[in-house]
Amino acid sequence: MSGVELKGVQKVYPNGAKAIHGVDMKISDGEMIVFVGPSGCGKSTLLRMIAGLETITEGEISIGGKSVNNVSPSERDVAMVFQNYALYPHMTVRGNMSYGLKNRGIDKATIEKKVGEAAKMLKIDSFLDRQPNQLSGGQRQRVAMGRAIVRDPKVFLFDEPLSNLDAKLRVQMRIEIKRLQRRMKVTSVYVTHDQTEAMTLADRLAVINEGRVEQMGAPMELYSNPRTLFVASFIGAPQINLVPVRHDGSSLIAGALTLSGFPDLPRDADMMLGIRPDMLKRDDAGQCEVRVDLVEQHGGENLIYGALTGATLADGEEQEICVKAGQDLLPAHGENLRFSFDPASAFVFDRATGERLL
Amino acid sequence: MKRVQFEHSPIPYLFVAPQIIIILVFFIWPAAQAVYQSFLLEDAWGLSSQFVWFKNYVDTIGSSSWLQAAGFTIIFSTLVTFLSLSIALLLAVKANEVIHGASTYKTLLMWAYAIAPPVAGLMGNLMFSPLIGDLYKFMNFIGFDFDHKLDPFDAGFVVVLISVWKQVSVNFIFFLSGLQGIPKSVNEAAVMDCRSPTRRFWTITFPLLAPTTFFLMVINITYAFFETFGIIDTTTRGAPGGATNTLVFKVFQDGFRGADIGGSSAQSVVLMLMVLALTVIQFRFIERKIHY
Amino acid sequence: MQRSSISTHIILILGALFMTLPIWVAFATSTHAPDTILREGLQIMPGGHFLENYNEVLFVEGGVMKKVTALAMLKNSMILGIGFAVGKVVISMLAAYAIVYFRFRLAVPLFWVIFMTLLLPLEVRIIPSFEVVSDLGLLDTHTGLIVPLIASATGTFFFRQFFRSVPDELLEAARLDGATSWGFFKDILVPLSKTMIAAILIIMFVVGWNQYLWPLIMTTKEENYTLVIGIKQIYQVLSEGGELPQFQKAFALTILATLPPVLVVLVFQRWFVKGLVESEK
Repeated sequence: MSGVELKGVQKVYPNGAKAIHGVDMKISDGEMIVFVGPSGCGKSTLLRMIAGLETITEGEISIGGKSVNNVSPSERDVAMVFQNYALYPHMTVRGNMSYGLKNRGIDKATIEKKVGEAAKMLKIDSFLDRQPNQLSGGQRQRVAMGRAIVRDPKVFLFDEPLSNLDAKLRVQMRIEIKRLQRRMKVTSVYVTHDQTEAMTLADRLAVINEGRVEQMGAPMELYSNPRTLFVASFIGAPQINLVPVRHDGSSLIAGALTLSGFPDLPRDADMMLGIRPDMLKRDDAGQCEVRVDLVEQHGGENLIYGALTGATLADGEEQEICVKAGQDLLPAHGENLRFSFDPASAFVFDRATGERLL
Repeated sequence: MKRVQFEHSPIPYLFVAPQIIIILVFFIWPAAQAVYQSFLLEDAWGLSSQFVWFKNYVDTIGSSSWLQAAGFTIIFSTLVTFLSLSIALLLAVKANEVIHGASTYKTLLMWAYAIAPPVAGLMGNLMFSPLIGDLYKFMNFIGFDFDHKLDPFDAGFVVVLISVWKQVSVNFIFFLSGLQGIPKSVNEAAVMDCRSPTRRFWTITFPLLAPTTFFLMVINITYAFFETFGIIDTTTRGAPGGATNTLVFKVFQDGFRGADIGGSSAQSVVLMLMVLALTVIQFRFIERKIHY
Repeated sequence: MQRSSISTHIILILGALFMTLPIWVAFATSTHAPDTILREGLQIMPGGHFLENYNEVLFVEGGVMKKVTALAMLKNSMILGIGFAVGKVVISMLAAYAIVYFRFRLAVPLFWVIFMTLLLPLEVRIIPSFEVVSDLGLLDTHTGLIVPLIASATGTFFFRQFFRSVPDELLEAARLDGATSWGFFKDILVPLSKTMIAAILIIMFVVGWNQYLWPLIMTTKEENYTLVIGIKQIYQVLSEGGELPQFQKAFALTILATLPPVLVVLVFQRWFVKGLVESEK
């Protein structure tokens, strides 16, 4: 039983800056939660508060049902994997992995056994006697995880652990972390700014913006049912198309473009229409006409970028739009194509508050 | 400031205590004493003293011997700084250019760092000894009527020469590391943009070395003010007639040899103010360095 | 290209000669008999009296000073150099650790107290410093010689700078690993600073060995002279004249005073340069 619970957690820095504005969250035992958000949103601060590396200004954090507000980091029974790994550069891999156990006064034989097991699991047993600077980035990453694993923590904390790796390795390690977490069934909190990482790793993910949890839920729920403009635009790649619109009583108006099929919405309010690139379907009778600018061929799919005809923005710029299409749709530059979408699957947000209206 | 620190506890006080205690006893207290004594006038036997406000300052600093020392110190510092920096820069640029024997040159040019100023002083003194010194003979041979024991200019020449010699290696080390800190790509871009190596040096390399140069200027002025004490004390000792007295040497002379505690303290306080000025300039500069 | 590189070498060779020749001449002259030197002046080639001269200076009582031998002065210089270097590293590492890694009420004022030492070089407080040391009964002691020298700010600033460059995550990881403040210092920070410590030890050994003004006013007894102070006494004897000037001994003494710090700098050249350049940042 080692869930984590946050109750009204706030963080105010001594200079008065408020980093976290009252976060409530329940993480169940064995669950993998991902905090995702832009840099500076407070996700790392929140993680570090769980670790005990940042003090809690207000509220309560409990691990396994016990409040840890006044428990020092080493006694919270949590382990952390840092972005830059934070390996002790002068110690061998073995030294790095056993340092925490030594400080707890665990006997040598047990340490040896635990380190050996973890090393085997992570496939780093062949270089236990090397120093971190003799290892590659991926190997260092494994050592950092090994250091966390040997301690049998109640909670694993990951602070953007893959961001220093190259793209290929990142995908590989991502899968390995997921497998490892499944196998060990340890409650985990994972911080990242990369939405692909967040979507693929999380049991549930929490989108954090300016010190608040905007929405928390299963990845696909957030994708298909975002509660705010911020969540809609942060989740999903390529990014959701956002078109500023108004409602004239019968349909949505974007510049000279009229989009029908939407139910009643407040009249003359500034709103934002969100259409995911994969929701646009090729249809000669469709409501949207796109003048194609360029096409990115990704192999299995093509991304078509262009301007939405008629929908001119307030500053005179053309409204850009992206369509995700199959590999056989390959229009030329300057070609005009029509697309349709299901108004029921599109989102409408209040521009001022970011609240979802539809 | 670290993001995370250890909590409040008496431990940090234990860690800083040794240094703070030593500083209080051997720095702050004596310095306060110097300031205090600079306002006192002792009688000839040192039995009683009297508070005289700024009399010591007026007396010593207004005296012709102090003004002479101040004048010499300024000329001396300027010459030592300029000459040792120029020689060191020339050598560093050349040492940075060569490929063959670079490390040998480097070693030969920097090892004099390890020599103590008074040792350099004594060595120079012997080289210029009228009895055996070949440099003394050489100077006279090439037509100077050279006698550093009697002629103020010649005495100054000896002191400057030795002080420059002793300081070239430090400057050389810093200039060389400054030059090596200039990215290779910048040099390559400069080679493509400008054909003349001399012009390249003055328009690209030298401006990039400006932080090093400025920093070294402060170091060299400090050196010329303070550390050359050992050189002067083993060569001219201010002779002839106080012509090669630096301000620091004079503090020592007046305080220890002349036992004029009040006057010597007043001079010390003036020196403190000069150091303060130098430090302020240095920190101003460092702040600026951080900004760009 | 070829021509400019020849002129480059000529300049460098001249520079190297300028920096090296005086010491070579000092060494060569120190190996000659006194009357040869008086007759012929400075020597460029070594003579045949190396063992004799150095033996007399190093081991014979009254050979160079009134009583003390250069060997005894060498020992004193060693104590000063090593004591100064080690003391300075220990004191300044501890202070820098407190300043960088702890939050405590007096941190800022104490930092300024340490900073003040930059404004108070020994030269501006010679006489009161002498009085303090003599009041404490520390004249002619190793404590009185070394302790007042080791508290200046340079070392502390250097380690402060270095500690600040150590990634924050190391402390965080260590805290999660249950390290105490002393444990982190001993297990992580000190081993991590190894090369920095070595560099500072080398520089400080040279600086300590070359101390002049402080030992000069601190030591009144001949048996406490360092080599650098011996230089001063030789100068005194030479300038006072009297008997036949023993130039060979004066030169031998300068060589002895120069050799250990030069050797240290040459052997540990890389660390030395690193330490020097970094510490002044």
